[in-house]
Amino acid sequence: MSSTQQVFGVARPMAVSQSRRPPWRIRLQGSDTAWAIAFVIPYVAVFAAFVVYPVIYGLWMGRDPSLYGLLFSDPVYLTTAMNTLMFVAIGVNVAMFLAFLLSGFFMSRSWWVRSLLVIYLIPWALPAMVVFTAIHFMLVTQWGLLDSLIREITGQDGPLFLVNEWLARGANIVSFIWKWMPFWTLVFIAARMAIPQDIYDAADIDGASGYKRMIYVTFPLLGNVYLISTLLATVWTLGDFNTVFFVTNGAPGRLTDVLATYGFNEAFNFGYPNLGVAAMMTALPVMIPLVILLMRRVRATGVQL
Amino acid sequence: MSVTTAGHRRIASPLYYRMRRYAVEAACMVLGFVIVVWSVTPIYNMVMIALDSHADIFSGQVWPENPSLESFRVVVTQDFWYLARFWHQFGNSFFVGLMTMFLTLVIGSLASFTVGRMRLRNGWMLSNAALMTYVIPASFLAIPLYRIMQIYGLTNSLWAVILSIVTFATPYAIFIFSQYGKSIPMELDESARIDGANPFQIYFRIYLPLMAPALVAVGTYALLLAWNEYLYNFLMLSTPESMTVAVALAQFLNSDESPWNYMMATAIIYALPPLILYYGFRRYMAAGLTMGGVKG
Repeated sequence: MSSTQQVFGVARPMAVSQSRRPPWRIRLQGSDTAWAIAFVIPYVAVFAAFVVYPVIYGLWMGRDPSLYGLLFSDPVYLTTAMNTLMFVAIGVNVAMFLAFLLSGFFMSRSWWVRSLLVIYLIPWALPAMVVFTAIHFMLVTQWGLLDSLIREITGQDGPLFLVNEWLARGANIVSFIWKWMPFWTLVFIAARMAIPQDIYDAADIDGASGYKRMIYVTFPLLGNVYLISTLLATVWTLGDFNTVFFVTNGAPGRLTDVLATYGFNEAFNFGYPNLGVAAMMTALPVMIPLVILLMRRVRATGVQL
Repeated sequence: MSVTTAGHRRIASPLYYRMRRYAVEAACMVLGFVIVVWSVTPIYNMVMIALDSHADIFSGQVWPENPSLESFRVVVTQDFWYLARFWHQFGNSFFVGLMTMFLTLVIGSLASFTVGRMRLRNGWMLSNAALMTYVIPASFLAIPLYRIMQIYGLTNSLWAVILSIVTFATPYAIFIFSQYGKSIPMELDESARIDGANPFQIYFRIYLPLMAPALVAVGTYALLLAWNEYLYNFLMLSTPESMTVAVALAQFLNSDESPWNYMMATAIIYALPPLILYYGFRRYMAAGLTMGGVKG
């Protein structure tokens, strides 16, 4: 869920859990078991009613193999699949890499860099639909802000962003980066703050400074956080709905749809919910290995999400 | 700009260091300027449209000719038919946010208390289930959930939205609570046991008060997740009576001739509560999640 990224706290490496003796020893007894069961019932109920049931229902909706034949013969779907891959591959990686670099910049001790962080976080703090609609208005027609600026500066008419399919795809990706980079920057800032200063002092004595410090000290230490963040962002972005829905809404035509908006349109605008579910299901072969890899990394390294 | 070559420190003149510092400072200034322009441009566009007194935003201007607060007046006094129930819808958004927050905190803290403190057998299954839910994109469950809410009889009900968002917020809550709970000494539970407290008393009197920072962090998270959510609001709510602000806002997009200045003014008002919460609680949230120890 992309909006989960909204406030998902801060990642930082931490010590793997210590083994401690629970007061209830190994096994719960008598009335304690009753309490324990009563305590987990609410979560189990929510999980059963709103995760297990919908997942099974979804699998059942998308069970018909002919749906997939229909999908793969639909040129709109094929474009959508390519768009989704591009959106995720470029959007996530560029956002992560820039966030990693900028987190170094924001570690600066000067007061104005710190106050800059407040401004930098605005895109992340505002509701996705609001900022993406604002971006849509910047791009739509020749009289939007961006084309007006281009006209003021160069005296020439700017491009029609939502008419050229490649510009529209680019607009989606840039908007995604704009919205989510601040969040990942915060994650990397927190991870950097967890690196003890002694390590840098030692590296300094050994003669590593500037870019060498980054390559040989910071990056290896943050590698794990970087990898887990990238995996998490990839899985979330595969299902990202808001960016494309509000920035281009598939325009021109349906050439810039991604899986989430394609499925949404099929289900709620064209009345083919099963096809919509099937379209999202085609993300599973990519998603499941990523989720397994992610869960293993999280379990193995004890990184705090 | 490295001062070192091949691991040997070069002795340079003070002038060299001063020039180098200025150069770095200048580069930072340029980068800072780029960051400000990059971050603020869409926001500027939003404010500019809201301040425009004409409904036609595409005037080709970089600054509105006659900036006025007229659109904000229209929104606040509900003076336009899309906005006729604006404050009611604002209330709906708050209701959804607060209920989501409350349920997420209760369900999440009970579950993590049981798994982390009572060591329920097979408790790992619960944390794995939570982790799985956490990584599933919500939009992938939208179509089945939409159908299922109809089966549950929650069509056009705020509870459909609340329950969907609670589903996606609880896993995160369980994580944060489990991580944070590790910093609360088990000895507290043990001594309470010896004094004759039952598990609920331990949960309510010891666990919850000590978890306060994590509760604030997760509560804010859940509230904002609900407030900012669009897809589920749109799918589950269809009448002006039941709509939240997010859905009401998107109504403007149904027509090509909408008064965009009213829409953007509404969007700005809608964006104020999350903005205030983010900046009010950012420090607290980050601190609550990374402190790793309980004070006092």
